[in-house]
Amino acid sequence: MIELLWLIPVLPLLGFAINGLFGPRFLSRRAIGGVACAAVVLSFLLSAGAVLGLGHLDAVAAAGRAGLSVDPEAHRATLTLWPWLLLGKSAAGVDLRIDWSYTLDPLSAIMLLVVTGVGSLIHIYATGYMAHEPKPAFARFFAYLNLFMAMMLTLVLGANLPVVFVGWEGVGLCSYLLIGFYYDRMFDEKTKMSCADAGRKAFITNRIGDVGFMLGMLLLLSATGTLDIQGILAKVGTLPVGLCTAAALLLFVGACGKSAQIPLHVWLPDAMAGPTPVSALIHAATMVTAGVYVVCRMAPLYRHAPAALLTVAIVGGVTALFAASIGLCQNDIKKVLAYSTVSQLGFMMLGAGVGAFGAGVFHLMTHAFFKALLFLGAGSVVHALSGEQDIRKMGGLGRHIPWTHATFAVAWLAIGGIFPLAGFFSKDEILWGAWQRSPILWAMGAAGAFLTAFYMTRLYILVFWGKERFDDETRHHLHESPRVMVVPLAILAVLSFAGGWVGIPAVISPGVPNFLERFLAPVFEAHAAGVAIETAQHAPGLELGLMLVSMLIALFGMFFAWVFYDRRPELPVQLAGSARGLYRAILNKFYIDEFYGKVVLAPYYALCRASAWFDRYVVDGVVNAAGYVTLGTSYTSVGFDAYVVDGLVNLVGYTVRGVSWVFRKLQTGIVQSYATAMVLGVFVLVSVYLLTSSH
Amino acid sequence: MTASAAIFYVLASIAVLSGFMVIGSRNAIHSAIYLVLTFLSVAGIYVLLEAEFVAAVQVLVYAGGIMVLFLFVIMLVNLEDSLEDRIRLHATISGVIGLAVVGLILYVYSTGRLVAVTTPSTLCQGGNLQAVGTSLFRDYLLPFEVASILLLVAMIGAIVLARQKS
Amino acid sequence: MPVPATHVLVFSLLLFSIGMLGVLTRRNAIIILMSIELMMNAANINFIAFSRQLNNLVGQVFSVFTIAVAAGEVAVGLAVVLALFRNRDTIYVDQVHIMKG
Repeated sequence: MIELLWLIPVLPLLGFAINGLFGPRFLSRRAIGGVACAAVVLSFLLSAGAVLGLGHLDAVAAAGRAGLSVDPEAHRATLTLWPWLLLGKSAAGVDLRIDWSYTLDPLSAIMLLVVTGVGSLIHIYATGYMAHEPKPAFARFFAYLNLFMAMMLTLVLGANLPVVFVGWEGVGLCSYLLIGFYYDRMFDEKTKMSCADAGRKAFITNRIGDVGFMLGMLLLLSATGTLDIQGILAKVGTLPVGLCTAAALLLFVGACGKSAQIPLHVWLPDAMAGPTPVSALIHAATMVTAGVYVVCRMAPLYRHAPAALLTVAIVGGVTALFAASIGLCQNDIKKVLAYSTVSQLGFMMLGAGVGAFGAGVFHLMTHAFFKALLFLGAGSVVHALSGEQDIRKMGGLGRHIPWTHATFAVAWLAIGGIFPLAGFFSKDEILWGAWQRSPILWAMGAAGAFLTAFYMTRLYILVFWGKERFDDETRHHLHESPRVMVVPLAILAVLSFAGGWVGIPAVISPGVPNFLERFLAPVFEAHAAGVAIETAQHAPGLELGLMLVSMLIALFGMFFAWVFYDRRPELPVQLAGSARGLYRAILNKFYIDEFYGKVVLAPYYALCRASAWFDRYVVDGVVNAAGYVTLGTSYTSVGFDAYVVDGLVNLVGYTVRGVSWVFRKLQTGIVQSYATAMVLGVFVLVSVYLLTSSH
Repeated sequence: MTASAAIFYVLASIAVLSGFMVIGSRNAIHSAIYLVLTFLSVAGIYVLLEAEFVAAVQVLVYAGGIMVLFLFVIMLVNLEDSLEDRIRLHATISGVIGLAVVGLILYVYSTGRLVAVTTPSTLCQGGNLQAVGTSLFRDYLLPFEVASILLLVAMIGAIVLARQKS
Repeated sequence: MPVPATHVLVFSLLLFSIGMLGVLTRRNAIIILMSIELMMNAANINFIAFSRQLNNLVGQVFSVFTIAVAAGEVAVGLAVVLALFRNRDTIYVDQVHIMKG
């Protein structure tokens, strides 16, 4: 099936073309949804086949196919489709040639399965969630969603950085289009931000990161003479550490933008302006993990640049902690989840930054399951409440929407890190990696985990437990979501529950091999040879102890939240009153948006105003003065023109006319007149010659 | 005065007189006949000047080919009209120029520049035809071929111009 | 050489002048063409005379070319006359004065 690798991104692209071109006019809703889902599900099946094919690459290599190169040692297959950019020879004599090629190795295999698998479920869910939209919007939505899938798969499969970058930009575009899906609606009344503004904010913030990505790409190109990922990684060992650090940091800037790391995280909460399936698919499960993916993909580069790796870890840890603390005070159900996403992405970066790339990818996968589930569950809640998103106006929903409640509870426990759900294993692996690196990083992660457990419990309690705080009108319409939405929830719940079991660490189950670690080993250990990684002596006791600690931390978080929001609801208010400054800071998301407004936007606007003033008064003034001078001069010159110049011109004209009257009479039109004149001329010339010549 | 000189003067006189008749005849047919006479006289003078080949060509091309052409055209346009009025102004100017030319020739003669020098001829050694042929086909082959192309072009052009438009 | 070259040249001058007179004064296009032929003959006589005078065959060769050109010229000229006659029903050149200013 590996030969059909190219088909995986093409199928959603076809779906995009069909829905985009024919959907609004010619297709029924059922057909639109069918096409979109079929494209993604087929793509998932193909991916599964291809990933299974990774197991017996030797057979593929033996079969041999044009364009398909196989490296059974690294479990990697690369499919070169066509030459894309033929840049000729560079000054250094390197033949720059960039192919459009896809690569499949364990890392991209996991991404592939997560993207297509979660993507399929969310597509199916969306057919139910978006059912009330007008048909053109319905078709547009699925066309964008399919385009997103195609681009995300291009990103994941790209064998060289330019192809990855195409996908990178493509998902950015789709994100923009889908955040601004309700482009005619207001997103945030308080700040007068429309949905289209939110899309723009996401796009522009991402662009800052993209500049970093591009620069990093070009730096690597100039240093190694190739853009092929494997080619770069093979040469990393020969590069100076400083250059590696620079390239790694530049790429990390791009990853920060895409994966919403501090300080470029500001766009993600506002990205919730899009429909909920979009939030689930793009802004939780897949696209935002692209940054983590790229960092893991370039793992040998980062290993070779310890400073960059440390930066990744610190940024990740800080993001994990701060975003979680912001999540404490949000009242919009989707915003809580958005900050939770930022925080979890921070965890992944932390994992990558401490050198536990496998743990980062593991968490990426489990997070995709439970965060998609949370978002879809939130969508189901919002759907049930006719669009209400404020958790202060919810409560007691557990009775009314049992399926949503049950699945949401699984996701809550999973993200909280309760054994044996998915989140526990992946988070613990990251924390273990952080501990090996530095207890401070571990502390950051643990604090983040505590806050995560706290705010998720708060959210869960406020939504599903306690008094019903919505009005009768809403209660009247309250209903469980249709089956097409519930079934994906159930499947995701199963995955959130059991998804972590592929990576059970050896200390818990000595007999069962850590499947994921073994699967990923060829990717992360291929180029690791010769690079010293600090690994503490393996201490099973310590690892188990830390696991217990983090589990306790999570339970404490949940307990406190339970006390605060269920037992004694007056406590949070008192706490907010006693720590007013901190509370306000958290409530206002640490004023980061305001900071950007003051530090970046205000000077920018001031500069704009100054330029406008300069333009209006100085530039325009000069131009106008020139105009008046011209006007005055031209009055003078008109008079001069009319009498002196025209007089002269007319005089010339009259003279010419008079002279030409004479000559016209000579032009008889009779050939012989001309011949006579010629003869006369010749006679004169000959006479002159004969009479003046000396002898 | 030798016999050949006498023949030259006689032929020259005939040529000049018939030349006058060419431009003076009322009838274009007569002009053509006088033209033939002129050409034949000139051909005789060529013979006297030891250019037998050119004389032969003169007779063949001019007196034969070109004259037939003239006669054909004269008959085609079928003019019954005879000597039309001369263009008076041109006649006057021409007369003045002619007198002036005679004056010039006399002046030049008086300065002694028209000295007659007779040199012995080497042209006819081995035969004039052979000599001209050798020169034409060895030294002037390219111009010869170009001339043939010129004639071809002239022929096509004449056909195109004279074609009866339907 | 039977006569001095000068005499031959004077003869050619006379013939040329007669031709020129015809060109300048006659209105019949055919006669004008004949006059042109006279002028060309005069030029040829010059070639031959100098060829004889200078003992150089080039003059004779050149006159052969002149005759060829003259033949072509007559053919085209007469075709023009025919076309003129067809289109304007005249061969009098003074009646064709579309170039009149």
